[in-house]
Amino acid sequence: MLLAKVVGNIVATQKNHRYENARVMMCETINPEGDSTGHTVLALDSVDAGVGDTVLIVQEGWGASTAATGKAGAAIDTAIVGVVDRIDLL
Amino acid sequence: MQLARVIGTVVATIKNESLAGRKLLIVQSLNKNLEEQGKPLVAIDAVGAGVGELVFWCRGKEASFPFKREDTPTDCTIVGIIDSESHVSCQ
Repeated sequence: MLLAKVVGNIVATQKNHRYENARVMMCETINPEGDSTGHTVLALDSVDAGVGDTVLIVQEGWGASTAATGKAGAAIDTAIVGVVDRIDLL
Repeated sequence: MQLARVIGTVVATIKNESLAGRKLLIVQSLNKNLEEQGKPLVAIDAVGAGVGELVFWCRGKEASFPFKREDTPTDCTIVGIIDSESHVSCQ
């Protein structure tokens, strides 16, 4: 899984029907220190994350589809599966 | 998934028979500021996208799920069209 910060969202009326009612959030990946790694990904939200939240992102189809829509087998490869409270490093 | 802009089309007469009738588009991934990120890729279209449009695409095995999933050899499929640039909100 990846650490990321939610930076926004997008609106797409025309999309694959399995995405209906899903929120597509724009996330920027970060390192464990919280610094941006400069890479932007789109992820379906399954935990009501909001802009500014640090989140956990899964990039695997089965898990992402199940988490975001409740069913496997949708064309979804990235989902937000957790909101990070804090990160402790040695 | 990745935000991207469709920057071109690909014509391939000879291709796997399960790709027959599929539209091949070149997508350039973008970051949150709509600046280019990474290299352009060839994607199959599943939603009726066209050149110049903002889209998002899905990678990996899941890319074949909009089609007959065991049959379509793709690892990059356009699954949504973003309404406009103003519908990309970034703070």
